[in-house]
Amino acid sequence: MKICITAQGETLASQVEERFGRAPYFILVDSETGSFEAMQNPYAAGAGGVGPKAAQLLIAHDIQALISGQVGGNAREVLVAAKIAMYTYRDGGPVKDALARFTNNTLAREG
Amino acid sequence: MKLAVASGKGGTGKSMVAANLAFTLAWTVPVTLVDCDVEEPNLHLFFPAPATTTDVTVPVPVVDETVCDHCGRCGEFCQFGAITVLCDRALFFPELCHSCGGCTYVCPKGAIHEHPRRIGTIATSLPRSNLKLFTGMLDTGNPHAVPIIRAAKELAAADPIVICDTAPGTSCPVVEALDGCDACILVTESTPFGLHDLRLAVDVAERLGIPAGIVINRSDGKDAQTLDFCAGHDLDVLMTIPFDRDIAAIQGRGDLLCQHRPEWQKAFFALFTRCSALAGVNR
Repeated sequence: MKICITAQGETLASQVEERFGRAPYFILVDSETGSFEAMQNPYAAGAGGVGPKAAQLLIAHDIQALISGQVGGNAREVLVAAKIAMYTYRDGGPVKDALARFTNNTLAREG
Repeated sequence: MKLAVASGKGGTGKSMVAANLAFTLAWTVPVTLVDCDVEEPNLHLFFPAPATTTDVTVPVPVVDETVCDHCGRCGEFCQFGAITVLCDRALFFPELCHSCGGCTYVCPKGAIHEHPRRIGTIATSLPRSNLKLFTGMLDTGNPHAVPIIRAAKELAAADPIVICDTAPGTSCPVVEALDGCDACILVTESTPFGLHDLRLAVDVAERLGIPAGIVINRSDGKDAQTLDFCAGHDLDVLMTIPFDRDIAAIQGRGDLLCQHRPEWQKAFFALFTRCSALAGVNR
Protein backbone atom coordinates (compact mmCIF):
# COMPACT_ATOMS: atom_id res chain seq x y z
CA MET A 1 0.00 0.00 0.00
CA LYS A 2 1.33 3.44 -0.91
CA ILE A 3 0.86 6.14 1.68
CA CYS A 4 1.45 9.87 1.37
CA ILE A 5 2.38 12.00 4.41
CA THR A 6 2.52 15.77 4.09
CA ALA A 7 5.85 17.06 5.42
CA GLN A 8 7.93 20.17 5.92
CA GLY A 9 11.11 18.43 4.78
CA GLU A 10 12.46 15.49 2.79
CA THR A 11 13.09 12.83 5.44
CA LEU A 12 11.19 10.64 7.91
CA ALA A 13 12.53 12.93 10.66
CA SER A 14 10.92 15.98 9.05
CA GLN A 15 7.92 17.49 10.79
CA VAL A 16 4.48 16.62 9.47
CA GLU A 17 2.96 19.59 7.62
CA GLU A 18 -0.64 20.11 8.67
CA ARG A 19 -1.74 21.68 5.39
CA PHE A 20 -2.33 19.40 2.43
CA GLY A 21 -2.33 21.45 -0.80
CA ARG A 22 0.42 23.79 0.39
CA ALA A 23 2.64 21.20 2.06
CA PRO A 24 6.27 21.73 0.94
CA TYR A 25 6.88 17.98 0.54
CA PHE A 26 4.97 14.76 0.14
CA ILE A 27 6.67 11.73 1.68
CA LEU A 28 5.54 8.64 -0.23
CA VAL A 29 5.92 5.44 1.77
CA ASP A 30 5.46 1.85 0.68
CA SER A 31 3.95 0.28 3.79
CA GLU A 32 5.01 -3.26 2.83
CA THR A 33 8.71 -2.59 2.29
CA GLY A 34 9.08 0.56 4.40
CA SER A 35 10.89 2.30 1.54
CA PHE A 36 10.10 5.95 0.97
CA GLU A 37 10.73 8.81 -1.38
CA ALA A 38 10.26 12.56 -0.93
CA MET A 39 8.50 14.54 -3.59
CA GLN A 40 8.54 18.32 -3.67
CA ASN A 41 5.00 19.71 -3.98
CA PRO A 42 5.00 21.81 -7.16
CA TYR A 43 1.80 23.56 -6.04
CA ALA A 44 3.00 24.62 -2.57
CA ALA A 45 3.25 28.27 -3.60
CA GLY A 46 0.49 28.24 -6.24
CA ALA A 47 -2.03 31.06 -6.48
CA GLY A 48 -5.16 28.97 -6.10
CA GLY A 49 -6.78 25.62 -6.68
CA VAL A 50 -3.76 23.88 -5.17
CA GLY A 51 -5.85 21.32 -3.24
CA PRO A 52 -7.38 19.56 -6.27
CA LYS A 53 -4.05 19.78 -8.13
CA ALA A 54 -2.17 18.14 -5.26
CA ALA A 55 -4.90 15.48 -5.02
CA GLN A 56 -4.47 14.81 -8.73
CA LEU A 57 -0.77 14.29 -8.07
CA LEU A 58 -1.55 11.61 -5.46
CA ILE A 59 -3.83 9.86 -7.94
CA ALA A 60 -1.04 9.89 -10.53
CA HIS A 61 1.31 8.27 -7.97
CA ASP A 62 -1.22 5.58 -7.13
CA ILE A 63 -1.48 6.62 -3.47
CA GLN A 64 -4.12 4.78 -1.42
CA ALA A 65 -3.92 6.66 1.88
CA LEU A 66 -3.09 10.23 2.87
CA ILE A 67 -1.94 11.41 6.30
CA SER A 68 -2.20 15.16 6.83
CA GLY A 69 -3.44 17.71 9.35
CA GLN A 70 -6.26 19.18 7.36
CA VAL A 71 -7.66 18.63 3.88
CA GLY A 72 -9.73 21.38 2.24
CA GLY A 73 -13.18 20.86 0.73
CA ASN A 74 -12.19 20.70 -2.95
CA ALA A 75 -9.24 18.38 -2.35
CA ARG A 76 -11.41 16.21 -0.13
CA GLU A 77 -13.98 15.85 -2.91
CA VAL A 78 -11.27 14.65 -5.30
CA LEU A 79 -9.74 12.26 -2.75
CA VAL A 80 -13.13 10.77 -1.85
CA ALA A 81 -13.96 10.29 -5.54
CA ALA A 82 -10.56 8.65 -6.09
CA LYS A 83 -11.14 6.44 -3.01
CA ILE A 84 -7.96 7.66 -1.29
CA ALA A 85 -8.36 7.20 2.47
CA MET A 86 -7.68 10.29 4.61
CA TYR A 87 -6.13 10.12 8.08
CA THR A 88 -5.68 13.04 10.44
CA TYR A 89 -2.39 13.67 12.27
CA ARG A 90 -2.08 16.90 14.26
CA ASP A 91 0.44 16.04 16.96
CA GLY A 92 3.18 18.20 15.49
CA GLY A 93 5.64 15.28 15.41
CA PRO A 94 7.88 13.86 12.69
CA VAL A 95 6.78 11.83 9.69
CA LYS A 96 8.01 8.59 11.30
CA ASP A 97 5.70 9.18 14.29
CA ALA A 98 2.71 9.64 12.00
CA LEU A 99 3.72 6.52 10.12
CA ALA A 100 4.03 4.50 13.35
CA ARG A 101 0.61 5.63 14.47
CA PHE A 102 -0.82 4.74 11.07
CA THR A 103 0.77 1.26 11.30
CA ASN A 104 -0.62 0.83 14.85
CA ASN A 105 -4.00 1.87 13.51
CA THR A 106 -4.34 4.73 16.02
CA LEU A 107 -4.94 7.59 13.56
CA ALA A 108 -8.46 8.92 13.06
CA ARG A 109 -9.84 8.29 9.62
CA GLU A 110 -11.93 11.04 8.06
CA GLY A 111 -13.95 11.74 4.96
CA MET B 1 -16.20 61.58 -18.16
CA LYS B 2 -15.62 58.50 -16.05
CA LEU B 3 -14.67 59.12 -12.46
CA ALA B 4 -13.78 56.56 -9.79
CA VAL B 5 -14.00 57.03 -6.05
CA ALA B 6 -11.50 54.79 -4.25
CA SER B 7 -9.72 54.82 -0.93
CA GLY B 8 -7.40 52.08 0.17
CA LYS B 9 -8.77 52.07 3.70
CA GLY B 10 -12.37 51.02 4.15
CA GLY B 11 -14.88 53.29 5.86
CA THR B 12 -13.27 56.57 4.84
CA GLY B 13 -16.37 57.80 3.02
CA LYS B 14 -16.13 56.68 -0.61
CA SER B 15 -19.84 56.09 -0.95
CA MET B 16 -20.65 59.31 0.91
CA VAL B 17 -18.54 61.28 -1.56
CA ALA B 18 -19.86 59.39 -4.61
CA ALA B 19 -23.51 59.75 -3.53
CA ASN B 20 -23.29 63.45 -2.73
CA LEU B 21 -21.33 64.20 -5.88
CA ALA B 22 -23.93 62.42 -8.02
CA PHE B 23 -26.83 64.04 -6.15
CA THR B 24 -25.35 67.49 -6.71
CA LEU B 25 -24.48 67.03 -10.39
CA ALA B 26 -27.89 65.54 -11.19
CA TRP B 27 -29.50 68.97 -10.66
CA THR B 28 -27.96 70.05 -13.96
CA VAL B 29 -26.68 67.05 -15.94
CA PRO B 30 -27.47 63.35 -16.34
CA VAL B 31 -25.29 61.26 -14.01
CA THR B 32 -24.75 57.51 -13.78
CA LEU B 33 -23.59 55.98 -10.52
CA VAL B 34 -22.02 52.53 -10.70
CA ASP B 35 -21.67 50.70 -7.40
CA CYS B 36 -18.55 48.62 -8.06
CA ASP B 37 -18.27 47.47 -4.43
CA VAL B 38 -20.12 44.33 -5.48
CA GLU B 39 -19.37 42.37 -2.32
CA GLU B 40 -21.14 44.95 -0.18
CA PRO B 41 -22.86 47.57 -2.36
CA ASN B 42 -24.40 50.42 -0.40
CA LEU B 43 -25.22 53.34 -2.72
CA HIS B 44 -28.79 52.05 -3.01
CA LEU B 45 -29.21 52.89 0.70
CA PHE B 46 -28.80 56.59 -0.16
CA PHE B 47 -31.08 56.25 -3.18
CA PRO B 48 -33.91 53.83 -2.42
CA ALA B 49 -35.94 53.20 -5.57
CA PRO B 50 -37.57 50.28 -7.39
CA ALA B 51 -34.99 48.44 -9.47
CA THR B 52 -34.94 45.95 -12.31
CA THR B 53 -32.46 43.16 -11.85
CA THR B 54 -30.54 41.20 -14.46
CA ASP B 55 -28.29 38.20 -13.94
CA VAL B 56 -24.56 38.28 -14.59
CA THR B 57 -23.21 35.00 -15.87
CA VAL B 58 -19.79 33.63 -16.73
CA PRO B 59 -19.09 30.73 -19.09
CA VAL B 60 -18.02 27.53 -17.32
CA PRO B 61 -17.19 24.13 -18.80
CA VAL B 62 -19.58 21.20 -18.85
CA VAL B 63 -18.01 17.84 -19.66
CA ASP B 64 -20.01 15.46 -21.82
CA GLU B 65 -19.19 12.16 -20.10
CA THR B 66 -20.52 10.18 -23.07
CA VAL B 67 -17.72 11.64 -25.23
CA CYS B 68 -14.93 12.21 -22.65
CA ASP B 69 -12.28 9.48 -22.51
CA HIS B 70 -10.68 10.95 -19.33
CA CYS B 71 -7.36 11.70 -20.99
CA GLY B 72 -6.83 14.45 -18.40
CA ARG B 73 -5.53 17.19 -20.73
CA CYS B 74 -8.08 19.72 -19.46
CA GLY B 75 -7.03 19.09 -15.85
CA GLU B 76 -3.35 19.46 -16.75
CA PHE B 77 -4.07 22.66 -18.63
CA CYS B 78 -6.16 24.34 -15.92
CA GLN B 79 -3.75 26.31 -13.75
CA PHE B 80 -6.55 27.08 -11.30
CA GLY B 81 -7.24 23.44 -10.42
CA ALA B 82 -10.87 23.77 -11.50
CA ILE B 83 -10.96 20.41 -13.30
CA THR B 84 -9.68 17.15 -11.87
CA VAL B 85 -9.92 14.10 -14.12
CA LEU B 86 -10.19 10.67 -12.51
CA CYS B 87 -10.04 7.38 -14.38
CA ASP B 88 -13.80 7.25 -14.73
CA ARG B 89 -15.02 10.84 -14.45
CA ALA B 90 -14.12 14.52 -14.45
CA LEU B 91 -14.73 16.68 -11.37
CA PHE B 92 -15.38 20.39 -11.85
CA PHE B 93 -15.06 23.09 -9.18
CA PRO B 94 -16.94 26.15 -10.47
CA GLU B 95 -15.64 28.54 -7.80
CA LEU B 96 -12.05 27.89 -8.94
CA CYS B 97 -12.84 28.43 -12.65
CA HIS B 98 -11.69 31.73 -14.22
CA SER B 99 -13.73 31.15 -17.40
CA CYS B 100 -10.67 31.23 -19.66
CA GLY B 101 -12.13 28.59 -21.98
CA GLY B 102 -8.77 26.80 -22.26
CA CYS B 103 -10.23 23.40 -21.33
CA THR B 104 -12.62 23.47 -24.28
CA TYR B 105 -9.69 24.41 -26.50
CA VAL B 106 -7.31 21.62 -25.42
CA CYS B 107 -9.90 18.80 -25.31
CA PRO B 108 -9.03 16.47 -28.21
CA LYS B 109 -12.51 14.92 -28.17
CA GLY B 110 -14.51 18.13 -28.21
CA ALA B 111 -16.21 16.85 -25.06
CA ILE B 112 -16.27 20.18 -23.23
CA HIS B 113 -18.78 22.93 -23.90
CA GLU B 114 -19.30 26.18 -22.06
CA HIS B 115 -22.53 27.00 -20.31
CA PRO B 116 -23.48 30.20 -18.50
CA ARG B 117 -23.30 30.15 -14.71
CA ARG B 118 -24.84 32.93 -12.65
CA ILE B 119 -22.43 34.67 -10.27
CA GLY B 120 -24.41 37.78 -9.36
CA THR B 121 -26.79 40.49 -10.49
CA ILE B 122 -26.95 44.10 -11.59
CA ALA B 123 -29.84 46.21 -10.32
CA THR B 124 -30.80 49.23 -12.41
CA SER B 125 -32.78 52.07 -10.90
CA LEU B 126 -33.68 55.70 -11.60
CA PRO B 127 -33.90 57.15 -8.09
CA ARG B 128 -34.02 60.82 -9.11
CA SER B 129 -34.43 62.88 -12.21
CA ASN B 130 -31.14 62.77 -14.16
CA LEU B 131 -29.74 60.03 -11.91
CA LYS B 132 -29.25 56.40 -12.90
CA LEU B 133 -27.84 53.80 -10.51
CA PHE B 134 -26.30 50.46 -11.46
CA THR B 135 -25.68 48.25 -8.46
CA GLY B 136 -23.46 45.23 -9.00
CA MET B 137 -24.07 42.46 -6.48
CA LEU B 138 -22.01 39.31 -6.16
CA ASP B 139 -23.88 36.17 -5.11
CA THR B 140 -22.92 34.95 -1.64
CA GLY B 141 -20.18 32.33 -1.76
CA ASN B 142 -18.90 33.39 -5.16
CA PRO B 143 -15.28 34.55 -5.26
CA HIS B 144 -15.16 36.39 -8.60
CA ALA B 145 -16.16 40.04 -8.26
CA VAL B 146 -14.44 41.24 -11.42
CA PRO B 147 -16.94 40.01 -14.06
CA ILE B 148 -19.79 41.77 -12.19
CA ILE B 149 -17.87 45.05 -12.07
CA ARG B 150 -17.03 44.75 -15.75
CA ALA B 151 -20.66 44.08 -16.66
CA ALA B 152 -21.92 47.01 -14.56
CA LYS B 153 -19.41 49.39 -16.13
CA GLU B 154 -20.34 48.17 -19.61
CA LEU B 155 -23.97 49.13 -18.97
CA ALA B 156 -22.79 52.67 -18.25
CA ALA B 157 -20.25 52.79 -21.08
CA ALA B 158 -22.18 55.23 -23.27
CA ASP B 159 -23.30 57.57 -20.48
CA PRO B 160 -21.76 61.05 -20.38
CA ILE B 161 -20.88 61.29 -16.68
CA VAL B 162 -20.16 58.07 -14.82
CA ILE B 163 -19.10 57.84 -11.18
CA CYS B 164 -17.77 54.43 -10.08
CA ASP B 165 -17.79 53.76 -6.35
CA THR B 166 -15.10 51.14 -5.77
CA ALA B 167 -14.46 48.56 -3.09
CA PRO B 168 -11.84 49.43 -0.46
CA GLY B 169 -8.34 48.05 -0.79
CA THR B 170 -6.09 47.68 -3.80
CA SER B 171 -6.98 44.23 -5.13
CA CYS B 172 -8.41 43.09 -8.47
CA PRO B 173 -11.94 44.48 -7.91
CA VAL B 174 -10.49 47.95 -7.29
CA VAL B 175 -8.20 47.73 -10.33
CA GLU B 176 -11.16 46.63 -12.47
CA ALA B 177 -13.28 49.54 -11.23
CA LEU B 178 -10.48 52.06 -11.85
CA ASP B 179 -9.60 50.67 -15.27
CA GLY B 180 -10.58 53.08 -18.04
CA CYS B 181 -11.54 55.94 -15.72
CA ASP B 182 -10.39 59.45 -16.64
CA ALA B 183 -9.63 60.44 -13.05
CA CYS B 184 -10.08 59.15 -9.54
CA ILE B 185 -10.88 60.63 -6.18
CA LEU B 186 -9.04 58.97 -3.30
CA VAL B 187 -10.87 59.45 -0.03
CA THR B 188 -8.79 59.36 3.14
CA GLU B 189 -9.18 60.29 6.79
CA SER B 190 -6.99 62.00 9.38
CA THR B 191 -5.59 58.84 10.91
CA PRO B 192 -2.27 56.99 10.49
CA PHE B 193 -4.21 54.07 9.05
CA GLY B 194 -5.94 56.38 6.56
CA LEU B 195 -2.59 57.74 5.39
CA HIS B 196 -0.97 54.30 5.26
CA ASP B 197 -3.66 52.95 2.94
CA LEU B 198 -3.80 56.18 0.94
CA ARG B 199 -0.16 55.53 -0.04
CA LEU B 200 -1.18 52.12 -1.39
CA ALA B 201 -4.14 53.56 -3.30
CA VAL B 202 -1.98 56.33 -4.80
CA ASP B 203 0.46 53.67 -5.96
CA VAL B 204 -2.33 51.75 -7.72
CA ALA B 205 -3.63 54.88 -9.46
CA GLU B 206 -0.10 55.80 -10.55
CA ARG B 207 0.54 52.36 -11.99
CA LEU B 208 -2.75 52.49 -13.89
CA GLY B 209 -1.88 55.96 -15.17
CA ILE B 210 -5.05 57.52 -13.76
CA PRO B 211 -4.81 61.08 -12.45
CA ALA B 212 -5.79 61.19 -8.79
CA GLY B 213 -6.93 63.84 -6.34
CA ILE B 214 -7.48 63.56 -2.62
CA VAL B 215 -10.52 64.14 -0.43
CA ILE B 216 -9.80 64.29 3.31
CA ASN B 217 -12.90 63.18 5.19
CA ARG B 218 -13.62 63.47 8.92
CA SER B 219 -10.76 65.93 9.19
CA ASP B 220 -9.89 66.86 12.78
CA GLY B 221 -7.68 69.65 11.48
CA LYS B 222 -4.51 67.67 12.15
CA ASP B 223 -3.82 66.73 8.56
CA ALA B 224 -0.18 67.85 8.36
CA GLN B 225 1.16 64.38 7.56
CA THR B 226 -1.45 63.78 4.87
CA LEU B 227 -0.86 67.23 3.39
CA ASP B 228 2.91 66.62 3.38
CA PHE B 229 2.42 63.31 1.61
CA CYS B 230 0.13 64.93 -0.99
CA ALA B 231 2.59 67.78 -1.58
CA GLY B 232 5.42 65.30 -1.96
CA HIS B 233 3.50 63.30 -4.56
CA ASP B 234 2.08 66.27 -6.46
CA LEU B 235 -1.46 65.35 -5.41
CA ASP B 236 -4.11 68.05 -5.01
CA VAL B 237 -6.38 67.98 -1.99
CA LEU B 238 -9.66 68.53 -3.79
CA MET B 239 -11.89 68.86 -0.73
CA THR B 240 -11.75 68.57 3.06
CA ILE B 241 -14.82 67.47 5.02
CA PRO B 242 -14.62 68.16 8.76
CA PHE B 243 -15.14 65.69 11.58
CA ASP B 244 -18.56 66.98 12.53
CA ARG B 245 -21.35 65.51 14.61
CA ASP B 246 -24.12 66.92 12.41
CA ILE B 247 -22.57 65.47 9.24
CA ALA B 248 -22.13 62.11 10.97
CA ALA B 249 -25.79 62.15 12.06
CA ILE B 250 -27.02 62.83 8.51
CA GLN B 251 -24.77 60.11 7.13
CA GLY B 252 -25.74 57.69 9.90
CA ARG B 253 -29.42 58.02 8.96
CA GLY B 254 -28.58 57.12 5.38
CA ASP B 255 -29.37 60.66 4.27
CA LEU B 256 -27.45 62.89 1.90
CA LEU B 257 -25.35 65.75 3.26
CA CYS B 258 -26.04 67.85 0.16
CA GLN B 259 -29.79 67.42 0.56
CA HIS B 260 -29.94 68.35 4.24
CA ARG B 261 -27.20 70.95 4.13
CA PRO B 262 -27.58 72.39 0.60
CA GLU B 263 -24.63 74.75 1.16
CA TRP B 264 -22.42 71.67 0.61
CA GLN B 265 -23.59 71.40 -3.00
CA LYS B 266 -21.25 74.23 -3.90
CA ALA B 267 -18.30 72.28 -2.50
CA PHE B 268 -19.28 69.14 -4.41
CA PHE B 269 -19.74 71.12 -7.64
CA ALA B 270 -16.24 72.50 -7.09
CA LEU B 271 -15.01 68.96 -6.48
CA PHE B 272 -16.36 67.90 -9.85
CA THR B 273 -14.82 70.88 -11.62
CA ARG B 274 -11.45 70.03 -10.09
CA CYS B 275 -11.85 66.38 -11.14
CA SER B 276 -12.61 67.50 -14.69
CA ALA B 277 -9.43 69.56 -14.66
CA LEU B 278 -7.50 66.52 -13.38
CA ALA B 279 -8.90 64.41 -16.19
CA GLY B 280 -8.24 67.10 -18.75
CA VAL B 281 -11.91 67.03 -19.71
CA ASN B 282 -13.97 70.14 -20.31
CA ARG B 283 -17.59 69.82 -19.34
